[in-house]
Amino acid sequence: MTVDVTTDVLVVGSGAAGMYAAVSAARNGADTVLVDKSLIGRGGATIMAQMTVAAAVGEQEPDHWTHHLQDTLESGRGLCNEELAAILCEEAPLRIRELDEWKIGWAREDGHMKQVMAPGHGRERCVYVDFLNTGPAVARTLRTQIGRAGNLRRASELTITSIVVNDGQVAGAVGLNMETGAAVTIQAKAVVLAAGGLTRLYQRNSASVNMGGDAYALALRAGAELIDMEFVQFFPIGHLAPRLVGMDPIMWDPFRYKLGGRLLNSEGDEFVQNYGHAETSNKYTAPRDVASFAILQEVAAGRGSPAGGAYLSFEHIPEADLRAAFGPVIDRLAANDIDLTKRGIEVSPIAHYHMGGVRVDGHMETGVPGLFAAGEAVGGANGANRLSGNALSEAFVFGERAGRFAAEAIGNRVGSWSNEAARSAIDEIMAGRHVATRQSGPGLASMLVTLQKIMWQDVGLLRTANGLANARALVQNMRWDIGDYPGASDHRFALSMQEWFDLRNSLIAAEAIIASAQTRTESRGAHQRGDFPRTDVDQTHNLITRLDGEGLSVMEAPLVSKPFNLIPLEAAE
Amino acid sequence: MTERLARLKIQRGGPGEAPAYDDFEVPYREGMSVLDALIWIRTNKDSSLAIRYSCTNANTCKECMVRVDEKTVYACTKRLGTTPVLVGPLTNKRLLRDLVTDIVPPREKLSLLLGEPNSEE
Repeated sequence: MTVDVTTDVLVVGSGAAGMYAAVSAARNGADTVLVDKSLIGRGGATIMAQMTVAAAVGEQEPDHWTHHLQDTLESGRGLCNEELAAILCEEAPLRIRELDEWKIGWAREDGHMKQVMAPGHGRERCVYVDFLNTGPAVARTLRTQIGRAGNLRRASELTITSIVVNDGQVAGAVGLNMETGAAVTIQAKAVVLAAGGLTRLYQRNSASVNMGGDAYALALRAGAELIDMEFVQFFPIGHLAPRLVGMDPIMWDPFRYKLGGRLLNSEGDEFVQNYGHAETSNKYTAPRDVASFAILQEVAAGRGSPAGGAYLSFEHIPEADLRAAFGPVIDRLAANDIDLTKRGIEVSPIAHYHMGGVRVDGHMETGVPGLFAAGEAVGGANGANRLSGNALSEAFVFGERAGRFAAEAIGNRVGSWSNEAARSAIDEIMAGRHVATRQSGPGLASMLVTLQKIMWQDVGLLRTANGLANARALVQNMRWDIGDYPGASDHRFALSMQEWFDLRNSLIAAEAIIASAQTRTESRGAHQRGDFPRTDVDQTHNLITRLDGEGLSVMEAPLVSKPFNLIPLEAAE
Repeated sequence: MTERLARLKIQRGGPGEAPAYDDFEVPYREGMSVLDALIWIRTNKDSSLAIRYSCTNANTCKECMVRVDEKTVYACTKRLGTTPVLVGPLTNKRLLRDLVTDIVPPREKLSLLLGEPNSEE
């Protein structure tokens, strides 16, 4: 059997990290293939990002990347990989300026990039594209660069189902052709996993359909390690009710920040200050983990809103100020029957971002030679709680590096493809394809809903030993129940087959979160244990997850520290 | 109190087949979109229904275009009422199956990467 596609570098996933990695690999001389299970540059989280990007470009006021690093480490509650965090902060300005040269259209004021404050930052540091258009602008800009790159091919509708490893190094990948349901084999000397996060595992989320944990499961199954999987970031004020269509559920944050929206319980009282963080209605300073926890506690105490969250109210803001801040967005809200001058909307914490992820070194390479990761798929840089604005920064910085170092690493290596090494991955697609045609009735989509409920209930904002053990048993049963290959097939547009591979990934990623959360018997950042409410200094270490056969194991690892000197801003260039 | 229902008649089938139509009733929620209903159907009634979407809510991925009562709409922003609607695939794109059409830009097609003859009709 000959392979279907041969390349130097394969990039899996085409959000900002994947597109940047592909552009970077190609410009560093590697023959590159970029694939996505959805459409290039349109699936994933990037295109949904409405908000800001943190980078110490120092255009709004004096700034230096070491100050960005200090804020990142403080947000991370002592668990950041300091090498990765330093890389993120030091290189973010380079990428922001490169995107500027590529005409992304960062918002400007008086001839300089406009930078705004965001929670957790000590300075005005975050760039953006108006109005609520940062993500689409990023996607459009990177798509243009991809179109211009020479040795870069790309394909939509290819779902990578397994990374192929031969003789201890990456040999390529096997994927599902969505249109035909056939197996596709790709020989590659290096693979960059840029397939995003896992927030779709939770009932309330801001995820797109393809954020079910693919990157983590692909990495584990290829023999790579994950780090700090227990840290799932919940965005405190996700939109809950009334039904809002055509808008990202996390849209309220910048407006709350600009205007000072008030967070109220069902009795009309502000409450965040009762949970250990002084916050007044004119300031919005509570970290995400504190605000999320406060809302959850109010709901538990019977002071939640009708849909099970809190009220976010802008009723005290004059209409003209609302119009000035929201711009055309106010008309889109009106189309959703939302009039902010008349009543508050209901908000709730929703799963938003994953701090944990694939364990990599400073070159973005995993322990499996030739296997790299980039973007949200990478774990460690953000510790136990991500600083706002760092998600797109890390997508750009880690994407550029992963592509560059992947291109460098292949050197004079010859491809190590082996049909034998790819055999089981091909067979499971072929087996699914030969299952008797379509299956009607509820299928795997309903199993995903079950998983989302389990994760929300027992592996969400507040965890206990009993809840985690219960969730783990249920998830392990589901892993068993789905069998060894897809149980339904489609002759054209193989959605049922894709759903089986998605669910397998989601279940592995879910169990990795649970296993890590069981091991961390303390509360820190986004990981809150009802039975261990305090932070334990003796657990200031990382947790590493591996897949041995079918079983997951978790072990401690010392932090990666990298001392740095805070550069005084007067002395900064 | 009886539950309010949204009713959808959905075109099924692949290229070259005579279109078939399936009727579905979906629990109605104030403000729900056509996409909300299609996801509910796949989850609760018929997982073999082929649909295409990614961002679900934000109307940024632009993948969920379908025809509702003969008009091209984004399923994620088109509101459902309680009067029945007819949902079908785009008519100016190659049909893959049910509501899914080939909207992949020419240079991003997997068939191109695989060196297959152009499958455009």
